[in-house]
Amino acid sequence: MKKLSKNAKSNAVTYAIVIVFYIVMQILSGSGTLSSSLTGQLIPICVYICMAVSLNLTVGILGELSLGHAGFMSVGAFTGVIVAMSLQASVASGPIRLVLAMVVGAVMAAIVGVLVGVPVLRLRGDYLAIVTLAFGEIIKNILNNLYVAYDAEGLHIRLLTAISKSELAEGGFMIINGPQGATGITKLSTFTAGFLLMLFTLFVVLNLIQSRSGRAIMSIRDNRIAAESVGINVTKYKLMAFVVSAALAGMAGALYAMNFTGVAAKKFDFNTSILVLVFVVLGGMGNIRGSIIAAAILYVLPELLRAVNDYRMLFYAIVLIVVMLVTNNPTLKNGVNAVWTALKGVFVKTVPVPEEGGESDE
Amino acid sequence: MKLTKALALIMALAMMFALLTGCGGSGNSASAPAEEPAADTAETAETAEAAEPAAEEAAEPAEDVMVFHIGGVGPLTGAAAIYGNAHNNGSQVAVDEINALGGSIQFEYKFEDDEHDPEKSVNAYNALKDWGMQILVGPTTTQPAIAVGAEANADRIFLLTPSASSTDVTDGKDNAFQMCFTDPNQGITAANYIKDNAVGEKVAIIYNNADAYSTGIAQSFTDTAAEIGLEIVSTTTFTDDSANDFSVQLTEAKNAEADLVFLPIYYTPASLILAQAKDMEYAPIFFGVDGMDGILDLEGFDTSLANGVMLMTPFNPWGTDEATANFVDAFVDAYGSKPNQFAADGYDCVWAIYEAIQEAGITPDMSNEEICDALIATFTGGFTFNGTTGNDMTWSANGEVSKAPIVVTIQDDIYVNN
Repeated sequence: MKKLSKNAKSNAVTYAIVIVFYIVMQILSGSGTLSSSLTGQLIPICVYICMAVSLNLTVGILGELSLGHAGFMSVGAFTGVIVAMSLQASVASGPIRLVLAMVVGAVMAAIVGVLVGVPVLRLRGDYLAIVTLAFGEIIKNILNNLYVAYDAEGLHIRLLTAISKSELAEGGFMIINGPQGATGITKLSTFTAGFLLMLFTLFVVLNLIQSRSGRAIMSIRDNRIAAESVGINVTKYKLMAFVVSAALAGMAGALYAMNFTGVAAKKFDFNTSILVLVFVVLGGMGNIRGSIIAAAILYVLPELLRAVNDYRMLFYAIVLIVVMLVTNNPTLKNGVNAVWTALKGVFVKTVPVPEEGGESDE
Repeated sequence: MKLTKALALIMALAMMFALLTGCGGSGNSASAPAEEPAADTAETAETAEAAEPAAEEAAEPAEDVMVFHIGGVGPLTGAAAIYGNAHNNGSQVAVDEINALGGSIQFEYKFEDDEHDPEKSVNAYNALKDWGMQILVGPTTTQPAIAVGAEANADRIFLLTPSASSTDVTDGKDNAFQMCFTDPNQGITAANYIKDNAVGEKVAIIYNNADAYSTGIAQSFTDTAAEIGLEIVSTTTFTDDSANDFSVQLTEAKNAEADLVFLPIYYTPASLILAQAKDMEYAPIFFGVDGMDGILDLEGFDTSLANGVMLMTPFNPWGTDEATANFVDAFVDAYGSKPNQFAADGYDCVWAIYEAIQEAGITPDMSNEEICDALIATFTGGFTFNGTTGNDMTWSANGEVSKAPIVVTIQDDIYVNN
């Protein structure tokens, strides 16, 4: 173990967190002690973790603000639904259809990511935030007016005007019906699929960050002029990070859509983008492990707070504020660190405390 | 060093998740009432050997009082909160009335917030399942009802929604029933009514094309109008984001000389349309659907604007029949305002379930699946229900209710039946 680099160890911990989470949940679920409430939240948790990790690539590693991450999620979700539903007859196996849906969803989201990224990422300043904000709204309105049906002749895709059942051949069905969204989706997502997607997302993001390209991306974040001066193609690396982030969001979107029987464009609005951004910011920008933990805890929290009924959103807001204070206020931070060190002292008796205090956390 | 740190982190994480699940468990048992056995039966429905002793326990503490766990799901916060709150309040009134009767059937009632979001709605539904819900009244709104309907169908929990009106809610789910009429049904009825009674010659439609309910009605209205030869001169749309100015839509309707404007939308945007039409000195007949119900209670709304507005609603709070009068009195006593049709539907749902339980002879110690099957058999087997939103209601095998919508005109702040 000692020969492993610092990065590899850190990666191992991140993977371990996800794997332990999966195993613990499987054991609890197998023994029947897992509440229905938590069982139902497992797949959304996986989806939001993937969303947060992928957004962290843009926000934390690349250092550009993206306010339309839910837009890429919706592209993946709707593409995935179209793929999964049109292949219902030809591909019998559910898991294969799910994988196909996620792959096509990712490709579509990546294409849209390129379209958005190419003009905007050439600019300096906060333009990406402005454009992605608009993109999120535009894609929502397009999807609200999108009608897709499937019959023996293939796909019928139309904007603005509804497709009525009588226009379709025998056995045809609607896939996406404007603002009503997609209904009648067969539930294909499983917790295991979510777990594998989390591992895949982590694998892609962590390897990208620790590769040559990843170092180039981070150098752009830290000092664009210095990066350019050593010959780094700024636009190329920015686009790389942004498109990978979009594609992973598309995959998460496909998994999300397949978890419910219906999905509507309304869900993927500005609020969802901000929710994911909150996970990233509170988990720590550029901190992948932080994103995972923040997404899981902040997603489960409102459900746990159901016990306090009317006040749950109030409590949720208070928790967010407290987390922000604790992570940024030096006094509180020292306090938490002291508790953490003390806790560690309980677990590992042999560790001398002064040495721990002197060592900075990565 | 690093390894021990990692180990500590994993340990802490494992503990945290254990705590999380622990929290969930304890929270549920705290909120669960004294009737533990009933909750147990619901949870262990699949394992027959575990269900049996629980059933015996249930019989012990109270011999003739049977307590059912009724769950409700709807938006208590967010943009659609008024509908969920109305539904919750209406159902609560019915539960209180039934429990006050002191009969052998008593209801334990719990309502969870879903923020009008399918994802949150499924979470709310699962939370209620942990509480021991046996029958679900809800969800209030369409999109959540579609998502929850599929879950309830898989779990075999009977579902009666007060106001989720899309046909997708009941399609392919034998356990899902509606108390409201469906969107297509409303569009068809409105078009026929306008044509048959010559309410208007040239019709303009303004609808919300980002809303499933609004689009559903507008589509069927347009189709029916084409069939029966009702002339539509203008069709304009808006979205939730642009629901604060309707001058473009109204100008187009006015220029097309429409003498009737069909508004298959909720009452908040409708109130703005009425106000702006008055400013433009455009005075066609406004024809709304059941989402228009509630406009008179809107805060800050000049109710004189609503004079002459026609709307289709299953429920008239100024109705004089005994059921309506009793409900309205009880509701005003409890909440200080007149109920709208969402409250009335919520109220009727609970009473319909009560009567169906009586008719089917269901007991709370039955498993969810048995209760579900018995209720499905009752609802589709010639069960008729008289409530505040209609008389002699029956349900078809696919879960749709048959009742006649009534068209009312607003005059001097009250509904007048046409």
